[in-house]
Amino acid sequence: MALSKDRLGRFNPDKHMEGRVTDIGPRHYWQFFPPVIQNNYGKWAYHEILEPGVLVHVSETGDKAFTVRCGGMRFMTVDFVRELCDIADRFSDGYVRFTTRNNIEFIVDSLEKVEALKAELAKHTFAIGGSLKFPVGGTGAGVTNIVHTQGFIHCHTAAVDASSMVKALMDGLFEHFTSMDLPAQVRVSMACCLNMCGAVHCSDIALLGYHRKPPAIDHEVLHKICEIPLAIASCPTAAISPAKTEDGLKTVKLKVERCMFCGNCYTMCPALPLADGQGDCVVMMAGGKVSNRISMPTFSKVVIPYLPNNHPLFPEVVEATKQVLNAYAADARKYERIGDWAQRIGWEKFFEKCNLPFTEHLIDDYRLAYDTYRTSTQFKYTEAAWAVTRAAEGEE
Amino acid sequence: MAFEPKRPQKTYTYDDVRLFTDEELKNYTAEEEKNFKIKHDIPLLEKLESGPWPSFVADAKRYALRRRKLGEEGKLLISPDVVEDLLGQVELSFVHGETHWKHGGIVGVIGYGGGVIGRYSDLAAKYPGVAHFHTVRVAQVPSKFYNTAFLRGLADLWEYRGSGMLNLHGSTGDIILLGTFTEQLEPLFQELTQVLDVDLGGSGSNLRTPECCLGKARCQYALYDTQEMCYEMTMHYQDELHRPAFPYKFKFKFDGCPNGCVASIARADLSFIGTWCDDIRIDQDAVQGYINGEFPPGGGSHSGKDWGKFDIYAEVIDRCPTGCMSLEGGELVIDNPNCTRCMHCINTMPRALRPGVETGVSLLFGAKAPILEGAQMSVLVIPFMKAEPPYDNVKEMINKMFEWWMDEGKNRERLGETIQRVGLQRFCDIMGLPPAPQMVKEPRTNPYIFWKEEDVPGGFERDINDYRSRHAR
Repeated sequence: MALSKDRLGRFNPDKHMEGRVTDIGPRHYWQFFPPVIQNNYGKWAYHEILEPGVLVHVSETGDKAFTVRCGGMRFMTVDFVRELCDIADRFSDGYVRFTTRNNIEFIVDSLEKVEALKAELAKHTFAIGGSLKFPVGGTGAGVTNIVHTQGFIHCHTAAVDASSMVKALMDGLFEHFTSMDLPAQVRVSMACCLNMCGAVHCSDIALLGYHRKPPAIDHEVLHKICEIPLAIASCPTAAISPAKTEDGLKTVKLKVERCMFCGNCYTMCPALPLADGQGDCVVMMAGGKVSNRISMPTFSKVVIPYLPNNHPLFPEVVEATKQVLNAYAADARKYERIGDWAQRIGWEKFFEKCNLPFTEHLIDDYRLAYDTYRTSTQFKYTEAAWAVTRAAEGEE
Repeated sequence: MAFEPKRPQKTYTYDDVRLFTDEELKNYTAEEEKNFKIKHDIPLLEKLESGPWPSFVADAKRYALRRRKLGEEGKLLISPDVVEDLLGQVELSFVHGETHWKHGGIVGVIGYGGGVIGRYSDLAAKYPGVAHFHTVRVAQVPSKFYNTAFLRGLADLWEYRGSGMLNLHGSTGDIILLGTFTEQLEPLFQELTQVLDVDLGGSGSNLRTPECCLGKARCQYALYDTQEMCYEMTMHYQDELHRPAFPYKFKFKFDGCPNGCVASIARADLSFIGTWCDDIRIDQDAVQGYINGEFPPGGGSHSGKDWGKFDIYAEVIDRCPTGCMSLEGGELVIDNPNCTRCMHCINTMPRALRPGVETGVSLLFGAKAPILEGAQMSVLVIPFMKAEPPYDNVKEMINKMFEWWMDEGKNRERLGETIQRVGLQRFCDIMGLPPAPQMVKEPRTNPYIFWKEEDVPGGFERDINDYRSRHAR
């Protein structure tokens, strides 16, 4: 059955239930597996990374599946999809898969096919600008693709764009995508606001768009487009309360000193926009992970409270990320993730080695903040400690 | 291997479904591509055209050319300018440092309450091609393997009835078709279900499209069949997925082992993570192989730097978080009852060590991103459960949980927040589970126990006169 070319296709507005098919769910996975995957499903014995971006999985049957992993743009066009399909049809029997981190994988059953595939992939560059279309890498102890959110491409709550920052950042970190020279894998993630579609809060390095001004109140329409009690209830710090305008319109007022800029009110009430090109910024968090390997999964911690939202190349974000990455690469032990390293050397040393200022913004003052305060005499001396000593007139 | 789709699966080739001819697919030359100018000036976006990483700007510009030519021939149902107008609007967003998408928009397909996210530009006069820019979420194949027939069919459909721009994939896992007009939502849905044989994904306060790692398809660590379980749960809960009836969104994610490649512990209200309850399998010859340097540790994951000769103490035995490994008489010994299955030794010596064969899943509940009151990870509630089709034992647990949460959860409260509000012990009570030290990192440090009346001899009814008979005022 071919796809319809009629303007309304199979939809008949007068009989909209006619022929309707619902609740069929996703396609079943089995028919999308290449033969080497079908034949060895559940029989894999071990794997090896032959070179950055190339893996071999060896089955108990003796079969081998070779994977070539390419960095991918999660935002793409159908032209790009067709181009990768052309490659898959010619080199991997018409099969292709995507990873959780938006990488593209071609799976073949021999090393010769890997070489042919790699040679082909290297030929694909954009006519404009010359970027690679299918850079090979993203395996092992390196930086793999950055998962991210929609940003200005599609989102109404974004504090910063996503695709542009990720492109600029991956250009800056490219050498780590195509090599495996770090102490462990480094998972970088990006979210364009605190809603964190995609949940970047457990990443080695997370970049987060953030608003820094309280919502502007659109008094003229608020009473028409918002449920005022819902808007009030949406605020976790009770900063919003009912009010009336001079003209007697029902509206809300704000205790701005209570606002933590989470944006939940805007989600409930479109008359309370937070976006502000001057105020919005990027926050860097570090040291989180989801794996249970050696240490338990951990949240990322805020390590830089403010970086400018300098579209489209974000030079300050790229520099700061490299700064943390370089300090980590130089100092961490084998298998230590960024958070494990910071934990071992102490966060005071993390700030010293990364050459990052420790500011008041980095001390928690939200609920359960006290749990993060240090209740011990165990600390290491860094310049920041001596600054406290001097301020307290504790030495000459 | 059990292969039982819940319904007959359509198979089709691209030629069976295609909308465009080969000539139409290759409708521009390399020369035209190099000389093409889009209708808006986008100097900031154009800064993203160089550099090694794939450039979405270069991709979008190239596609704008193709679209303009197809549009001139009357071969598209949505504005041929949609890509150019999107780039124009994004460029202006860069200048303003602010997004130009309006808040909200209730659109969808008949009978579903999710799957489509309404989106409108606040600059519709300037960029009419993106006046409507609704997103359609399409259920991805579990673990995201595809054949080109499916992808090409989808590409044709989306080019014809939408913007031709998409995400492979969105953060929750769906295929995200970005940008179409309201009129085309219903026709799109019907083509997807009736021709391409695929359904919409979840959005809003419903079950979101479940996601799994690649599991047994290509990983030796998969401790249960993640694809099969993900598929079965997705099919079983279709109604919950399409018709929002929950307090807020709900996510299932299926990780095959404690390495957690789909990050279920950070992202899913109910995280399924594979585990085992017997002994790690050891191939002592292969252990010697690692010690002798015959095999690269970590499957070669660290080969980009010279870390020196493999040292089994420094890299494995001394790194074991529970200290349950030793080398005795040249043989590796593991004190399995004290192993917490962190995977480090197995990840490091994949040829020598393999998880046990008595496998199942751990169920953890309650993860979410920071909105509203801070991020939460999933809490280990059921340490081990057998996970075999048709997963009736797991479904029973899920149903109990859904029923309670729909009753008890407040508007826009994720499961983890409901658990936080009422307490983990109350949640266990609802689920019919006894408390266990595995559920906590440590016992409580305050003694503010909410004793119940039945816990205390004599109950809570007090007689002040009786008290006063012993104590003067």
